[in-house]
Amino acid sequence: MTDPSAPPANARRRSWTIWLPLVLFGAFIVLVLFGLFRPADRNVASALIDRPLPEFTLPASLPDHPGLSSQDFADGQPKLLNIFASWCLPCKVEAPQLAQLAAAGVPIEGISVRDRPEALRAFLAEHGNPYDRIGADDSGAVQLALGSSGVPETYVIDAKGRIRYQHIGDIRPEHVPLLLEKLEAAR
Amino acid sequence: MIAELGLAALWLAAALAVLQLFAGALTLTRRGATMAGVVRPVAVVQGILALVAFGALIQVFAVTDLSVKLVALNSHSMKPLVFKIAGAWGNHEGSMLLWVTVMGLAGAFLALVERRLPEPTMLATLAGQAFVSLGFYAFLLIASNPFERLDPAPVEGNGLNPLLQDLGLAFHPPTLYLGYVGLSIAFSFAVGALVTREVGPAFARAMRPWVLAAWIFLTIGIAAGSYWAYYELGWGGWWFWDPVENASLMPWLAATALLHSVSVLAARDALRAWTIMLGVVAFSMSMVGTFLVRSGILTSVHAFAVDPERGSFILALLAINIGGALALFGLRAATVTEGERFALVSREGALVMNNVLLSAILGIVLFGTLYPLVAEALGAKVSVGPPYFNPVGALFFLPMLLVLAVGPMLRWRRDSLGRVGKRLLIPAAVVLIAAIVMVVRGGAGLLPFLGLVLGLGVAVASILPLRERNLRRTPLAIWGMVVAHLGVGVSLIGMASESAYSVERLVALRTGESTSVGPWQVRLSAVEPVAGPNWTALEARLVVAYEDQRTTIVRPQARSFWTPPQQTSESALLTRWNGQLYAVLGGEASDGRWQVRLWWKPFVTLIWLGGGLIALGGLLALIGRVASDVRRIVARDKIAYRRERQGR
Repeated sequence: MTDPSAPPANARRRSWTIWLPLVLFGAFIVLVLFGLFRPADRNVASALIDRPLPEFTLPASLPDHPGLSSQDFADGQPKLLNIFASWCLPCKVEAPQLAQLAAAGVPIEGISVRDRPEALRAFLAEHGNPYDRIGADDSGAVQLALGSSGVPETYVIDAKGRIRYQHIGDIRPEHVPLLLEKLEAAR
Repeated sequence: MIAELGLAALWLAAALAVLQLFAGALTLTRRGATMAGVVRPVAVVQGILALVAFGALIQVFAVTDLSVKLVALNSHSMKPLVFKIAGAWGNHEGSMLLWVTVMGLAGAFLALVERRLPEPTMLATLAGQAFVSLGFYAFLLIASNPFERLDPAPVEGNGLNPLLQDLGLAFHPPTLYLGYVGLSIAFSFAVGALVTREVGPAFARAMRPWVLAAWIFLTIGIAAGSYWAYYELGWGGWWFWDPVENASLMPWLAATALLHSVSVLAARDALRAWTIMLGVVAFSMSMVGTFLVRSGILTSVHAFAVDPERGSFILALLAINIGGALALFGLRAATVTEGERFALVSREGALVMNNVLLSAILGIVLFGTLYPLVAEALGAKVSVGPPYFNPVGALFFLPMLLVLAVGPMLRWRRDSLGRVGKRLLIPAAVVLIAAIVMVVRGGAGLLPFLGLVLGLGVAVASILPLRERNLRRTPLAIWGMVVAHLGVGVSLIGMASESAYSVERLVALRTGESTSVGPWQVRLSAVEPVAGPNWTALEARLVVAYEDQRTTIVRPQARSFWTPPQQTSESALLTRWNGQLYAVLGGEASDGRWQVRLWWKPFVTLIWLGGGLIALGGLLALIGRVASDVRRIVARDKIAYRRERQGR
């Protein structure tokens, strides 16, 4: 700020400090221009990255298929944890990619959010079942605990049961190599 | 028809803003003096037309005219009337229309009542106001026409975000906007004064009521918004350092600084350039805040109306308005001759300290808000939250409390700390006793400890300027200062107490089971469905008792809206003089138990009570200033009249 009690001898010093606000404002404009025109990437990385999975135990979504608990991870093998629901459209879109990953030998665990057994059974019959286990998260509580805000979301869980990567939204074909890479890194 | 009327009014208002700008600018040249008579009436009519446009928008929302695109996108026929009306500004286009309406009305009001400034400065100010308005009119008419029609009209609308369907929130944005946009007057004043180089006590006195009024609305808006977030979002928190909250805090900080520096300018004719600078900065912060919120450039929980393309438009407006004003400042500020000098230990000195510290806090908040963007430019993703804002802000806020305690007791020009020191013994004793009590009790972190202790000290010290004064003859402005400063202390006590002594409980209860939180016993007696106008809910009946007193029932709800489908939790609050019980109903677990979240928050209500006191203080000061200005004008007119008669 300009010192009001300063003697006039300081007038020279003032002459450039006076332009300082404009310079700062210019820097602000440059910064937000950058922000405005950068490729849109609004995904917020979960705060849980590199943390152990939160503890949970979910009942089976289907009577003839095992349920899921956090104990099922950390068995020395990296896994994918896919959060989905039969009522979710993008989940249908990502089903072929999940099938492809399962075919490549990736263990995939599922959490179905607010789903009904008959709807889920129809969904799996139509789109295939890549899941080793499916836990039923009927209140969405586990989903929230995982820091997931929607379906589908997919987590890479490493061999020690820590979350290593969070993929928000459906898995497109171009995402498959990325996920495989993350799984490899999580060994 | 109504929509077309609104659109026509908007175009006309924009055209008048062009006229206002050019007529006002022409009067500054020698040949344009004839235009002087035009500017004020044009400003008034422009404000009225903007109001007509806004009224038209309210009308199409009130009757749910679904052929208007904005209504179809944001409203629904099955919604209570008050939320239909509030829906008019619960979206981007409508809120921008509210923005220009407030700007237009403020300009009109200014044109009608302000007679103290030299006429050239006044006309330059109105031209400045028209210039800024014009940008926003262009934005509305080109990029966000609120009256656009849909053909064919849909049979039903999309509905309003259920979180926004709340009475408190319905009136939160207009209040905040009155504050944001009210600061445009200070901005235009600063620009006008730079153009004509007329900066002095008269200018400060003319500007002060406007700054005060905008600041009061900002204060109320922020406090109300904080309370809304507190009870509606169901997280039990009242401030999250979210970009949108910061966007409202930054103009408030700048306006608070301006309010104090303008007093120095009015009373002592010092801090000329600095006051002008703050006038520019305050409204700039309003615009920057709006830009940050609207462009979606920062991720925020508040992103109710976000669009990157519109962001570019606002950014362009920002660059022109703020860049222009700052450039003008650079060119002219050096020629604004400096005012009176003063000693460091004096009222002026304390107010300068206040300004420096407030500006520092403003800088910290701005930096913290923008830092995620800086980090992203460097390839990293971060979010900045309380671990940064709280301690770093406190670094400057705590010394400011000291200045706040001492400053009002200092004399103008020159004073000695020894004289004031004796008077400060009482608050110092209070601080000491509180500190000892708190250390003995334990359990509070460093910041809450300092907050509680210093809050008490400030609350006591703030009343001291009334000592040795005849209370009846104390000017309202002094009362205003005392009440506002007391509010700061009270609010701080609330914040510190909430963060130090809150008790939280997350339990799963079967009906009939009990739990306790702090001094409360809580029993879940039933969970039953209830229905509202556009929602259904599960409502828990919680029978609660404070210590061993009689029981009360609170009813938190988990609401499901169907237009659009969304779930919200309606927390239940039970207020006692010494705090609030806060209850939230979560989901049903598979075994028939209900998740219930409970908080006991001692003295949390003081946060908003303090906010209310701050606003009340502003109001008292405003009334006092305006009344004394009116008296002065009347007296001047009387003398002029008498002289005239004698001359005859």
